[in-house]
Amino acid sequence: MLTPQGLQQRSNLLQAIRSFFLQRAYIEVDTPLRLPVLIPEANLIPFASEECFLQTSPELCMKRLLARGCTQIFQICHCFRKEEHGRLHQSEFTMLEWYHKGWNYFDLMEECEQLVAFLTSRAADVATAMEGEHLCWRESRVSMALPWDRLTVAAAFERYAGVDVHETLEQGTFDEVLVTAVEPHLGKDRPVFLHDYPVVLGSLARRSPTNPGVAERFELYVAGVELANGFSELVDPEEQRQRFNQEVDVIRAQGRDAAMPEKFLADLPLLGETAGIALGVDRLCMLLLRRDTLTPAIIFEEL
Amino acid sequence: MFTASDLRKGLKIQIDGEPYIVTEFDFSKPGKGQALYRTKMRNMITGVQFTQTYRSNDKFDRPNLEERNMQFLYAQDEEYHFMDTVSFEQIFLTKEQLGDNLSFLIDNMEVQVLFFGDRPIDITLPTFVNLEVTVADPWAKGDTSGSDTKPVTVQTGFQLQVPPFVEQGDRIQIDTRTGAYITRVKE
Repeated sequence: MLTPQGLQQRSNLLQAIRSFFLQRAYIEVDTPLRLPVLIPEANLIPFASEECFLQTSPELCMKRLLARGCTQIFQICHCFRKEEHGRLHQSEFTMLEWYHKGWNYFDLMEECEQLVAFLTSRAADVATAMEGEHLCWRESRVSMALPWDRLTVAAAFERYAGVDVHETLEQGTFDEVLVTAVEPHLGKDRPVFLHDYPVVLGSLARRSPTNPGVAERFELYVAGVELANGFSELVDPEEQRQRFNQEVDVIRAQGRDAAMPEKFLADLPLLGETAGIALGVDRLCMLLLRRDTLTPAIIFEEL
Repeated sequence: MFTASDLRKGLKIQIDGEPYIVTEFDFSKPGKGQALYRTKMRNMITGVQFTQTYRSNDKFDRPNLEERNMQFLYAQDEEYHFMDTVSFEQIFLTKEQLGDNLSFLIDNMEVQVLFFGDRPIDITLPTFVNLEVTVADPWAKGDTSGSDTKPVTVQTGFQLQVPPFVEQGDRIQIDTRTGAYITRVKE
């Protein structure tokens, strides 16, 4: 559990995040946690709550707000994912999510860099893990100077695992290779955005117009820790429905069920070009406050 | 039945008809990816270690393990015989199965014997045991050579470091988890 001093630091972090977005003309929103229908995602298991589900992310509601005319929104909220407990996972955790209309995923990478740079610039009260321009966490010393690296998924698999990313997909070993051979190297010396994921791994991300095999999705890694996930949003309702159908097939094969989020699909054409990103606040807190594990960075580790 | 999400350090599961204990465990889940349960296990019968990555839908049987209070009776031909203190049933374990436990095992000692089904596979010693010192250099009173400890041998043949005042024939208490001297006991 966080000590009063730790709570003060976490509060400073949350206030710093808010001031960053408010200065940039974002609106803070708070959408419902309990929803009758979720976005179908094969690898996320939701908690039921009476006739509803607890949100696994605020994506569905936030995109519907964009459809109603909002252009820049952010939210700090709790998300719930069943059966996720580990060094970097808790089944209830705090997420920061933000959307910017008119942007693509590269624009958002840049803003994500600026957000984290703003937070690390406040070494006295927000980012006590900073030594000069370096973030020190466990055995890592990561230079946070901008700009950060950009690396495609295909190049990272080739460089760190010596394998072709398409082969790992065919063999069903993508996740294992990523976790064991690739992730430990990511963001060790400086943070890196891993981008251009195979389309099957970006169910809500737009297909790249120049490279239709990949989705315009990225993940930010700092010191081997996956910190944020963003994309150029897929806003074509027909393609989104097809992708959801693929997810629902997998969910049913697991013995679960999922409904189609029809209102979400109906709103989708109203979005236009949009980019969105989710960042794990507890993981950020762990890194910036130099906590070895996630649990001392969250308010209660057990109830 | 256990599922992969039950896996944690110390959990005992059954694979291919044999009991395993989880010795290291790490949950990982890349964004939008599948949950991976990276697990290191030790076979509780053979001691062989292996690592395996499981997925959410993997399932494991619960091994039929039971601990019983038993008394050590005697050793013969590298077989160590124990008796159930309630039913008087007798069983034995081999020298190999007992391993380092032999450093502290003496006649009449009460231990916990772990059974996998009908088969005894391991023992747990009391945390503290009292053993007699059989070999020790005499303590020269007023010795100021500065040595804080000296080596002695106890009745099982186990050697350890003790304070210089411990003498041959003394009984000493030892922590069986670490093999460390605790205190001299008067009986």
